[in-house]
Amino acid sequence: MVQQDRSGKDTLLDARGLTKRFGDILANDRVDLIINKGEIHALLGENGAGKSTLVKMFYGSLEPDAGEIHWDGAKVNIGNPAAARELGIGMVFQHFSLFEALNVVENIALALPNPGNMTDLANRIETVSRDYGLPLNPTDIVADLPVGIRQRIEIVRCLLQEPRLIIMDEPTSVLTPQEADQLFLTLQRLAQEGCAVLYISHRLEEVQRICHHATILRHGQVVRECDPTKETPASLASMMVGADVASVSASEQKPEIGEIRLGLKNLSAKAATPFATALNNISMDLRAGEVVAVAGVAGNGQGELFDAISGEMRVSPEMVQIDGIPSGTRNITWRRRQGAAFVPEERLGHGAVPGMKLSQNIVLTRHSTGDKLVGAGFVSDAQAGLMEQRIKQTFDVRMSHDDPEARSLSGGNLQKFVVGRELDRKPGVLVVNQPTWGVDAGAAALIRQALIDLARSGSAVLVISQDLDEIFEIADRIAVISRGYLSVAEPAADMTRERVGLLMAGGAETQGEVA
Amino acid sequence: MRLELVKRKEHSQMMALLSPLIAVGLTALAAAIIFSITSHNPLIGLYKFFIEPLTQQWSLEATIDKATPLILIGCGLAVCYLSNNWNIGAEGQFVIGALFGSILPVLFPEFENGATLPLMLIFGAVGGALWALIPALLKTRFNTNEILTSLMLVYVAGLMLDYLVRGPWRDPGGYNFPESRIFSDAATLPEVFGGTMSMSAPITVIVAIVLAVVLAKTLKGFEIRVMGESPRAGSFAGFSAKGLTLFSFALAGAFAGLAGTMEVSGSLNQLLPSISPGYGFTAIIVAFLGRLNPIGIIIAGFVLALSYIGGEGVQSAMGVSNEIASVIQGLLLFFVLACDTLILYRIRMVSRRVPAGEASHV
Repeated sequence: MVQQDRSGKDTLLDARGLTKRFGDILANDRVDLIINKGEIHALLGENGAGKSTLVKMFYGSLEPDAGEIHWDGAKVNIGNPAAARELGIGMVFQHFSLFEALNVVENIALALPNPGNMTDLANRIETVSRDYGLPLNPTDIVADLPVGIRQRIEIVRCLLQEPRLIIMDEPTSVLTPQEADQLFLTLQRLAQEGCAVLYISHRLEEVQRICHHATILRHGQVVRECDPTKETPASLASMMVGADVASVSASEQKPEIGEIRLGLKNLSAKAATPFATALNNISMDLRAGEVVAVAGVAGNGQGELFDAISGEMRVSPEMVQIDGIPSGTRNITWRRRQGAAFVPEERLGHGAVPGMKLSQNIVLTRHSTGDKLVGAGFVSDAQAGLMEQRIKQTFDVRMSHDDPEARSLSGGNLQKFVVGRELDRKPGVLVVNQPTWGVDAGAAALIRQALIDLARSGSAVLVISQDLDEIFEIADRIAVISRGYLSVAEPAADMTRERVGLLMAGGAETQGEVA
Repeated sequence: MRLELVKRKEHSQMMALLSPLIAVGLTALAAAIIFSITSHNPLIGLYKFFIEPLTQQWSLEATIDKATPLILIGCGLAVCYLSNNWNIGAEGQFVIGALFGSILPVLFPEFENGATLPLMLIFGAVGGALWALIPALLKTRFNTNEILTSLMLVYVAGLMLDYLVRGPWRDPGGYNFPESRIFSDAATLPEVFGGTMSMSAPITVIVAIVLAVVLAKTLKGFEIRVMGESPRAGSFAGFSAKGLTLFSFALAGAFAGLAGTMEVSGSLNQLLPSISPGYGFTAIIVAFLGRLNPIGIIIAGFVLALSYIGGEGVQSAMGVSNEIASVIQGLLLFFVLACDTLILYRIRMVSRRVPAGEASHV
C-alpha cells in the first residue's frame, strides 16, 4: 500500500478509523482520510465501495459507529447537516432538492439559516455567481431551467455560506462537456482561495485533470492513495476494480459458436430522467455457446441496457432481436415465452418481492413460461412448491426453514435462487446484470460455473458486470459500456485490464461515436 | 434518547391475526376512558355501545343492514390498497352508483318487469366504475395524486345527488320535498329470511367469498399483491402498473356503485339528498381492520356497523353525543395501523450523543 505522509501540512479535515455498519454489511471499515486546505481531493471507488456512506458522515447525515473526525485540529461530532454547515462543510448532492415552482432566490433563501432581505440576497447571489463564473439570474423560475443551471443553484447556495470544504457527489454526471469545463474552472478558483473540495466521480479522466489527490475505496476500506496527475485513467481504473488480484484467463473449453440468438441493432434510447443514461447506437450479436460480458463503471447505461433487452423499456422492433425475431416493442412476458430469461441487478424489490415466499417468487418470472404453474388463471401452489424444492437443491440455496420470505435470505443465497430460477428453465438467451454482486466467493463460483455451463449447452449468455475479475473469468468476448456507448465486443484473450480501463474511461464512447 | 423503528426480518403470522383483536381491545379501552372523562359509567357505556345491539333481533338486523355496504365497499377498496392505489373516494362512487341505479325507477317508472332489478344493479356498478376511473385515468395519464382527486370527486358526487333530488328528479307528487319518487316493487330488492333484511346481505357475502378466492388463488390476485408490495418486481414479472390502477379503481368503483344501488333499492326505496352516513369513508377502516382480506372484511364490517348502531344507542340511553361513533371509528383505525406497524417494525431506543453545533441551531 502506498501511503504518503500528508499530515501536518495544512490539514483541514482528518478522519481516523471511521467505521459504519448497516446490518451485516460493513459499509466503511476503519477509513482514514486527510483533506488539506485548498486541495481538490478525489474519492474513487466502485458502486457500493462506501463513498456515499463516508461523505454522509462528514456531512452529518450519518453517525459513525466508531472513529473520529478532526476539523482544523480539533475533534468534532457532526450530529446533523446544520452542524456540518456551521463548521463550514457544504455539500452538492447528485440529486437536487429544489422546488420547481419557486425562483432561484426563493430556493436559496429556503436553505439558508438566516436569509435576510430578499433583495439583498438576490444581489449577493448575482455577485457571487458571477464572481465564480456560474452566472445565475435570481428571478428565474427553477422549472424553466435546464439541469446544468439547477446544479449551479445548488453550488451557489453552498458558496453563499462561505464553506471551507465542499463535497460534490458526481457533479458532472448531469453536465455537458462545456458545462463541466466551466465547473472545473470554478473548482480550481475555489481551491486557489484555500477552499477544499471532496470530489466523487466515476469519470477518471476528469479526476486526473483537476484533482490533486485521490483516495480509493474498495469494499469499505481505503485501498490506495495516489496523486492522480501521476496516474493514467487506466491505472486509476485498475486500482478501483482491484487489478492486484491475479487475473484468470477465459474458460478453457473452446466454445462451439453457433447462430445468433440475441441481436442488438443500433439500439438507442433517450434518457427517461435527468439522472438516467441515454443509450447510443448499441450493436452487438450474441451467438449460441458464448458468454459475452459488458464491463463498465456503474451508471454508464447498464441498467438502461438491461431494461431495453428485458422489455421493461420498449424500443423500436428491430433494435432487439431474439433468435432473429424483432422484439423491441414486445413486453417482458412475450420475450420470456420466446426463450429469453433475465436476472436484474437488484435482487430484492426487482428480481424478487421481499415479503413473498420463495415459491411465490417463482411465479413472478415463471407464470407464463409453460411450467404448468398457472391453469385457467389459477396458480398452482403445489407446482410452485415443487419448483422451489428443485431450484433449492440444484443451486444449494440455504435457508433456515422451508420456503421463507425472500427478504430473510442472505444476499448470496437469494442471488443463487434468483439466478437458479431462470437457469432452471434452460433459457436460450440469458441476460444477467451483476450476477455476483455482494455474494460470497463460494456462491459466486457456483453461479459463474452455472452461467458457463448454460452457454456451453447452446444458449447465449450476456453478463453485465462491474467486476473485472469475474469478467475475465467467464467471458469469451468483452465489450465496455461508457456513457451509453458500447465498444465492439473483442475476444477476452485479446483484452487486457489496461485496455478495458481505457475503454471504461471514455474510449468506448469515442469508438461508438466513430462507428 | 430517540426512538427508532427497525424493520423486522420476518413477520409473525400469529400477530398478523391477533392485531385486529388487539386494536379492538385498545379501542374499547380508549372508549371507556372517554366515557369516564365525560362522567358516564364506562362499563354501561361499553355495554350499550358494543353488546346491546347484538341482543335484540331488530338491532341485529339493523347492524347487518349497515354492515352490508361497508363490507362490499371495503372489499373493493382492499383490491385498491393491496395494489398500492389509494382510492379514498368510495363515498362518491357509492353515490354515483346509486344515481345510475336509480335511472330506471326514477326516469322510466313504468319499465317494470323481471329485468328491472338486474339492470339497475348493472347500471349501478357501471356508474360507480366510471366515476372511479376518473381519478385512475388522471393518475395513469397525468401522474396526479389519486388520494386528492378521488377525495375531491366525493364532494362533486354529493352535490350532483343534491341537485338531482331537489331539481329534475324530484318526485312530481311529493309536495316539493327534496326526494325522488318511491321505487316500484319491481325496482325493490326482495327481502330475505322473512325479516326486514334485503337481498343485499347474501349478495355481498357471495361477492366477498369470490374475491377471497380470486385474491388467494389466481394469477390476477398474485399480480395485485406483487404490485402493491414491489411495483418494480411487478413490472419485471410483466404486469402493467397502469393497467392494474385502472382495474383496481374500476373494480372498487363497481363494488361501491353496486352497494349504492342496493342501498337505495333495498333500504331507502327512493333517492334522498343524503343517502350515506359516510359508508365510503368508514369502509376504509373496514378494509384495514379486515387486513385487506375479504373474509376479515366481513367481520370488520360487522364491528364497524356496531359502532353506528351502538353510537345511536349510547346517545338515546345515556345522552352521549353521537359524535362518539366517529371518534371511536377514528380510534379504531389508528390502533389498527399502529398494531400493523409493530408487526413490520420493532421499536428500538437509541441514546444519542449531543452533536456539535446543535445547541446553536434552532
